[in-house]
Amino acid sequence: MSAEFIIGHYNYWIIVILMMAGLYVVLARGNLVKKLVGLNVFQTSVFLLYITIGKVHGGTAPIEIKGAYDVVYSNPLPHVLILTAIVVGVSTLAVGLALVVRVRETYGTIEEDELVEADLVAEFGEAGKT
Amino acid sequence: MIEEAALQFDVTTAIDIILMIFLLISALAIVVMRHLFSIAMVSGVYSLLSAAFFVNLDAVDVAFTEAAVGAGMSTILILGALLLTSRREKITPNRSAFIPLIVVVVTGAALFYATFDMPNFADPNSPANTDVGLQYIQRNYDDIGVPNIVTSVLASYRGFDTLGETLVVFAAGLSVLVLLGVSSAGRLTGREDET
Amino acid sequence: MNHHLVLRVVTKILVPVILLFGLYVQFHGDYGPGGGFQAGVIFAAGIILYGLVFGLDAAKQVAPPLIVQRLMAFGVLLYAGVGVVTLALGENYLDYDILHPDLEHHTGQHYGILAVELGVGITVATVMMLLFYGFAGRNFDIKDEDW
Repeated sequence: MSAEFIIGHYNYWIIVILMMAGLYVVLARGNLVKKLVGLNVFQTSVFLLYITIGKVHGGTAPIEIKGAYDVVYSNPLPHVLILTAIVVGVSTLAVGLALVVRVRETYGTIEEDELVEADLVAEFGEAGKT
Repeated sequence: MIEEAALQFDVTTAIDIILMIFLLISALAIVVMRHLFSIAMVSGVYSLLSAAFFVNLDAVDVAFTEAAVGAGMSTILILGALLLTSRREKITPNRSAFIPLIVVVVTGAALFYATFDMPNFADPNSPANTDVGLQYIQRNYDDIGVPNIVTSVLASYRGFDTLGETLVVFAAGLSVLVLLGVSSAGRLTGREDET
Repeated sequence: MNHHLVLRVVTKILVPVILLFGLYVQFHGDYGPGGGFQAGVIFAAGIILYGLVFGLDAAKQVAPPLIVQRLMAFGVLLYAGVGVVTLALGENYLDYDILHPDLEHHTGQHYGILAVELGVGITVATVMMLLFYGFAGRNFDIKDEDW
C-alpha cells in the first residue's frame, strides 16, 4: 500500500467506519429513538460518501463564474442528489418519530424487548412471558 | 497554477482529516451514550460537522441544507419526540451484543474491500466526474443560463426527480398529520382516551 | 417561558431577519447557494423559533394550521402545474423553454425554475411547520425529574 493509495482512500475507510457505527446502533440497541438516531448517522455517512466522490482536485463550488473559462468545478450531480435526499431524510425521520410516539402512547414503552413481551402476553396471556 | 492547486489540496486534506476525526468521535459517542437528550445533541453536532465537511468539499448547497435541516430540524424533532416518550435508554442485559457486532464487522469488511477498487479521492478522471457531471457543467451556460449549476440541474435537467422528492416530503407531512393530528384551534388534539 | 426576558427580546429581533433571509435564499437560488429546499426549512425555522419561545398558540395564530395544510398541497400543485402549462403550450412536461419566446437569454428557463423552486419552498416550509405542530401539540406525561 503506497502513501498515495492511503491518501486517496482514507476518506472511504472512515466513512465505512461511520456507516458501521450507525448500523451497529440500529441492530444492537433496543430503544426506538436511539435506533432512529443510528439510522440518521448511517444516512449522513452515505451523504459523505457521495460528496467525497463528487470532489475534483483543485475544483471550486459549482457556481459559474462569468467570463472565466479555465475554472475547474466540482461535480454538481452528487450535490443535487444529496440535497434532495437530506430533506427527504428529515421527513422520513419525522414519520419514524411519529410512529414511535404512537407506540409509546399505546404500549407505554419504546424498548424493543418490552414491546415484544407485551405483544406475547397480549396474545398468549401469562404463558407468553419469557 | 498547478502549484496553487496542490497547495489548495493540502489545506483541503488537512481540514478533511480534522473533520473526519471529529465525526468519528461524535459517532462513537452516539454509540456509547445512553442518555437520549445527550444523544440528540451529539447527533446535532454530527450533522453540523458533516455540513463543514461538505463546505470543504465544495458542496455549498448541500452544506447549507445539512446545516439547516440536519442540525436544526432533526434535533428539534428528536427533542420533541423525547418529550413524548422517554429520557433514558434502558440497559438491557438480555440483549446480545455479539450477533450485531458480527454482522457489522462482516458488512464493514465487505465495504472496506470494495473501496480498494474506488478511484482516488478528488480524481478528476474518475468515472463519476467525467461523464454526466461534466456534461452538466459544460452545457449549463448554453442550455439554462443560470449560474448556479446545482439549481439548474435540480429544477430543470432533473425536474422530474425533484417533483418526486417534493411529493415524498408532502406524503411524509400527510403521514405525520394522520399519525399525530394537528388541531386548528386549541392547544391539544388530545388522545382518544382523554377526549 | 414567561420569565425568559432575554430570549423573548432576542427572538423578536431575530425572527424577522430569519424570515427575510429565507426569502433571500428562495429567490437568490439561481445565482448563489440556495433554493427552495433550504429556503423552506429556514422560513419554517423562523416560525418554529417563535413557537418555541412564545408558545404554540402564538405560532398557530401567525401560521394557522388550516392555511398551512392547504399551502402544503398548493406547493406540490404549483410544481406539477408548471409542467401542465408547458404541456398545454405544446412542449414536453417541465420543459420551460416554451414559457417565454426569448431563447437568447433563456428567460423561459428562469421563469420555470423560479416557479418550480417556489412550489418546493412552499411545500417544504409548510411540511416542516406541520411537523413541529404535530410533535409540540401533543400531551406529554413525563415528569421534569426524569431528565
